[in-house]
Amino acid sequence: MKKLRIRNIDQGAIMKLNKILKNTFLVIVACLALSACATSKKSTGQMQGDVYTGTDTVEYLASGVPDRVFFATNESVLTTASRETLRKQAAWLRKNSDITIVLEGHADERGTREYNLALGERRANAAKDYLMTYGISSDRISVLSYGKERPVDSGSNPLAWSKNRRSVTVKAN
Amino acid sequence: MIRLLLILFYILIPFKSFALIEVDITRGNLNPLPIAVSPLSIDENSKKNFEKILKKKNIGEEISIIVENNLKTSGLFNPLNKDAFLQAPDIANLKPRFEDWNLIKAQALITGKVSFVEEKLRVEFRLWDVLAGKEMIALAFTTVPNNWRRVGHIITDKVYQRLTGEKGYFDTRIIYVAEEGPKTKRIKKLAIMDQDGANNKFLTLGNELVLTPRFNPSSQMVTYLSYFRNLPRVYLLDIETGMQEVVGDFPGMTFAPRFSPDGKKIIMSFAKDGNSDIYTMDLENRIVEKITNHPSIDTSPSYSPDGKFICFNSDRSGYQQIYVMKSNGSNVKRISFGKGLYGTPVWSPRGDLIAFTKLHKGKFYIGVMRTDGSGERLLTENFYQEAPSWSPNGRVLIFYRETKTDEKGEGFSAKLWSIDLTGYNERMVDTPTDASDPSWSSLLSN
Repeated sequence: MKKLRIRNIDQGAIMKLNKILKNTFLVIVACLALSACATSKKSTGQMQGDVYTGTDTVEYLASGVPDRVFFATNESVLTTASRETLRKQAAWLRKNSDITIVLEGHADERGTREYNLALGERRANAAKDYLMTYGISSDRISVLSYGKERPVDSGSNPLAWSKNRRSVTVKAN
Repeated sequence: MIRLLLILFYILIPFKSFALIEVDITRGNLNPLPIAVSPLSIDENSKKNFEKILKKKNIGEEISIIVENNLKTSGLFNPLNKDAFLQAPDIANLKPRFEDWNLIKAQALITGKVSFVEEKLRVEFRLWDVLAGKEMIALAFTTVPNNWRRVGHIITDKVYQRLTGEKGYFDTRIIYVAEEGPKTKRIKKLAIMDQDGANNKFLTLGNELVLTPRFNPSSQMVTYLSYFRNLPRVYLLDIETGMQEVVGDFPGMTFAPRFSPDGKKIIMSFAKDGNSDIYTMDLENRIVEKITNHPSIDTSPSYSPDGKFICFNSDRSGYQQIYVMKSNGSNVKRISFGKGLYGTPVWSPRGDLIAFTKLHKGKFYIGVMRTDGSGERLLTENFYQEAPSWSPNGRVLIFYRETKTDEKGEGFSAKLWSIDLTGYNERMVDTPTDASDPSWSSLLSN
């Protein structure tokens, strides 16, 4: 628990930076992702079908509240695990009613740029709809698609692509 | 835009005669036409003047090198080594000794002369049929000295047109996205360059993500997607003045913009609540029209050159496919039925073909099909490539290609490539940085 708390504080600091410089945030996320890969290497069982089930790239909005959900290739359907994550996010958002969020939708690199922009938007909206059914008002949520522009893993393999097909919930305030 | 300061006048245009050489561009040219590009001759006085202004020792030679490079990259011509030329440039321009040029197996010959006239650059050039011993073109024009590279491109366009019977594509520019930095945090800037890679210039600073710039077919305006203030919106940019404005007032992401053929409308996608549809906005009266209305993703719209039809990308069948409809959104018809996914349809400026990207079994292809979907032809296969853009004469496609990274996720690069419509002459287009999303301008001069 203590360890997690410390991480949350770091997270808060990063979020503040985020306000000032979005790009800096992405650098840090990328570094975390890379170091995580380096230590855990390619372990098996990180994918179910082609949906990522590992935790290498996952950040936490609060203790026990993962910040992202993953998708199958070309899909925007939420998996059981994704729905569980989003329910945790909804509970956290209900407890912290002053927080607003941005849902950032992403696609992997195996698609054309323009279609991927639309697909990222569709994925983030799938997450938004689910949060709304758990009582989060739509005016606390904005949606931003990055298409394939901001991968978390630079690899050209199915595991890397599965980490990149995601919707990430980011604190906006 | 570079001001059109070209005054073009014709000395003589001979009528097309039957016996003269022709280059067939409808098939892959495995035997490029041997052509001799004699350096443009220049008198000592003009040489000195141009050296002062342009810092080039021999501008006549420089211009002929541009012509040579253009001809070579077209894949249709084989410019011969200048060391083998027997006749001096100035004499050749007056009257070539055809036996000499025949001896080095040249079938066509370009000669010319540059002079400094009233602070301007005056060029005359001639194209000769070596075998027939006849003049095919004789042209002269005057321009400001700074336009010297364009002079080379215009000469190439005239030669290309005379020998192939179709307009050239050399006096053109390419706008694209310059990329730098690691794959996970790429910095992207709009950049523009001449078709041959010269005069590269960055148009944005890289503070925000920019994507998919496209030229207006009738002017030097550009439309593109910018993430300015983290709001992905379609923008309009005037390259001449640097003025930018957001297109329309949409409560969400607008993307995938292109101009209508008359340049008066922008067609694009607008995404809301997980659904992307196609819209147009009239740039004069700002009227917005919704063109598609379907719960699927509708994107990558592109007009036919007569403006009557639109091809676009939709996953309404479950997967990405190519559709064609009337420009008011009626009569939607799917045209791609091959195996795999299809995206980025772009209508040829000639009207007869649609270029596309295809993904099948983990490989990406650039291909073309007729506008009814028949006659699909794949031109090139790679790990990743997409987003073809047509040369203004509809003979060449430029697109971008990305490399596969290694086990460590390193070694990523993105580059521009071009390929002939025949599937031959695939080559990388040099850019100072990594590059993607190319868009080819129309001819700057006609």
